[in-house]
Amino acid sequence: MDRKIRVVIAKPGLDGHDRGAKIIARAFRDAGMEVIYTGLRQTPEKIVATAIQEDADAIGISILSGAHEHCFKTIIDLLKEKEAEDIIVFGGGVIPESDYKMLEDYGTKSIFGPGTPTTVTIEWLKKAVAEKRSKESAI
Amino acid sequence: MFDKDELQKIAKEQKVYEASVEKVIAKRPERKESFTTLGGLPLKRTYTPVDIEEIDYSSEIGFPGEYPFTRGVQPTMYRGRFWTMRQYAGFATAEDSNRRYRYLLSQGTTGLSVAFDLPTQIGYDSDDPMAIGECGKVGVAIDSLADVEMLFDKIPLNKVSTSMTINSPAVILLAMYIAVAEKQGVPMSALSGTIQNDILKEYIARGTYIFPPRPSMRLVTDIFEFCSDNIPKWNSISISGYHIREAGSTAVQEVAFTLADGIAYIEAAIKSGQDPNIFGKRLSFFFNAHNDFLEEVAKYRAARKVWATIMKDRFGVTNKSAQTLRFHTQTAGCTLTAQQAENNIVRTAIQTMAAVCGGTQSLHTNSLDEALALPSDKAVQIALRTQQIVAYESGLTNVVDPFAGSYVIESLTKQIEYEVWKYIKTIDSLGGMMTAIEKGYPQREIQNAAYDYQKSIESEETIIVGVNKYYVDEDMSERQLLKVNEQVGVNQIKKLHLMKENRDNLRVKETLDAIRMSAQGDANLMPVILDAVRCYTTEGEICGVLREVFGEYKENVVL
Repeated sequence: MDRKIRVVIAKPGLDGHDRGAKIIARAFRDAGMEVIYTGLRQTPEKIVATAIQEDADAIGISILSGAHEHCFKTIIDLLKEKEAEDIIVFGGGVIPESDYKMLEDYGTKSIFGPGTPTTVTIEWLKKAVAEKRSKESAI
Repeated sequence: MFDKDELQKIAKEQKVYEASVEKVIAKRPERKESFTTLGGLPLKRTYTPVDIEEIDYSSEIGFPGEYPFTRGVQPTMYRGRFWTMRQYAGFATAEDSNRRYRYLLSQGTTGLSVAFDLPTQIGYDSDDPMAIGECGKVGVAIDSLADVEMLFDKIPLNKVSTSMTINSPAVILLAMYIAVAEKQGVPMSALSGTIQNDILKEYIARGTYIFPPRPSMRLVTDIFEFCSDNIPKWNSISISGYHIREAGSTAVQEVAFTLADGIAYIEAAIKSGQDPNIFGKRLSFFFNAHNDFLEEVAKYRAARKVWATIMKDRFGVTNKSAQTLRFHTQTAGCTLTAQQAENNIVRTAIQTMAAVCGGTQSLHTNSLDEALALPSDKAVQIALRTQQIVAYESGLTNVVDPFAGSYVIESLTKQIEYEVWKYIKTIDSLGGMMTAIEKGYPQREIQNAAYDYQKSIESEETIIVGVNKYYVDEDMSERQLLKVNEQVGVNQIKKLHLMKENRDNLRVKETLDAIRMSAQGDANLMPVILDAVRCYTTEGEICGVLREVFGEYKENVVL
């Protein structure tokens, strides 16, 4: 149970705003997690492949271009297709709150908007991964 | 700057003052142990003439419009005319954006600024698989000349100056602009505006690169040369610190990395046989206006001074206008909060005042809702009114460089200048900016600053009103935000396919072959690309050929 949390931080789509992605990646790392940062312009296919290959607990998606609906949904669809839907999908960026519900209904576990302290996201992810792992060990 | 005896007297009196302050502090401590600017430059409690005694007025501050241009690039500044009020805009289709531009012009903007969507910025047509979900989202979707014709429909290009935020494929969009002007009967020589064309900061901070640095630099200098010869009123580049600052840099880093990029462009253009006295006149800059008012005002003044020195001393430029740093400013998008978004109006107003007191040539003010989405019409109007209020009502525009002589401003200007030179020397010692970027040096410096800033917010050392102090619960789900419909992409693709059926596809192929030939050689690419866009060869097709010849840049991920 001591295995470190492994999280992929992904920048899907074409947008180059990676300040948030890099800050959260570093904050997760400083909090003792293993972080794989994909770099810019990753296709949903590549992101999902990375997450599976790296045996990640979660994928954190950062997107500011407005293409969030397409990116989140495609990633979640691909995870299902690869029977890897246990991987937690969460995200942040410039996403209107009115879209949160749509993304969450589709399978996104949480969206963290601008101004969220990194500590909030860290605590949330620790808890979410702990729940996921306890479910897995129960099987 | 002052009489020696007078300075001694002031220094003596200051000692008395400091002693009395100690007593006050013993009873009532100050808010913090030490104070700094936002970028971490130490700030004293009080500044006096003693702090600026080393500064020589004539050679270091001087008069507006005179070397080293610390006080501004023109002798009369806003007493002559205000800065250009230029709102960056563009979304969805060319029709939608054209409507927004005509609205902005009717509301008193004095220049256009085109925002392109990401597929356009990265050289993909709307029907490319890489473009799925992105079409028309952060700017207008442009595939061919047909879209640009619509974008500037009923907008006279001989009267309006246009700025285009396009970098890697700048040469193509500039060609399309020229071709539309031709159709309006406006010759190139009459066009005025700016093309961003600043590839280096894309690798450092903004991310919309396509090709590797070396062929990219060739495209940049091809544009310099073409503009010098054909479009004398066009700014051939906008060397941008804005995005470097948005990525989290300090004010000093913003200026230092921008000017270091500038040095790299000048060196590349000189190497290709151009004269900095000529192309130097059409270089423009782009800076951020952040929250720390004093630091920002000093930043612009220092930037002008350092650049003038670089041009004169490093490159031997004697042409006065080629020594000047003319710049556009945008208020800082990264300071906008999603929480209590109305407060952003106030932040933008303060930032506007800083840009104006720093002597900007043009300005974009952000809208209150931009932490959440593209701005609504109403929000854009308030943003523009903010500029107009500062211009017409604040009184700041009636005196040139109103903060000159302020002990703290002059002292900070000097301090920033000193720190900027230190960075430039480091970058020189690394082998110049291109090598520094390959080594990840500026990227790492910026990321460290961004991370430190985030930590200072979380530790509440830095207060953001409405975010980590004075927070209130709000329901934001009902807020009216501008949304770009997914149908926009579908329609744009239909339009593109219809256009392709109706053009002379044989001619298109010929122009693409000509581009391939030119790209493999070293002739200026502008003329063949201009030929291509005239017969509706698409941006994606041209970039496709250039990708084949030049290859693609792979990001050097720095974490």
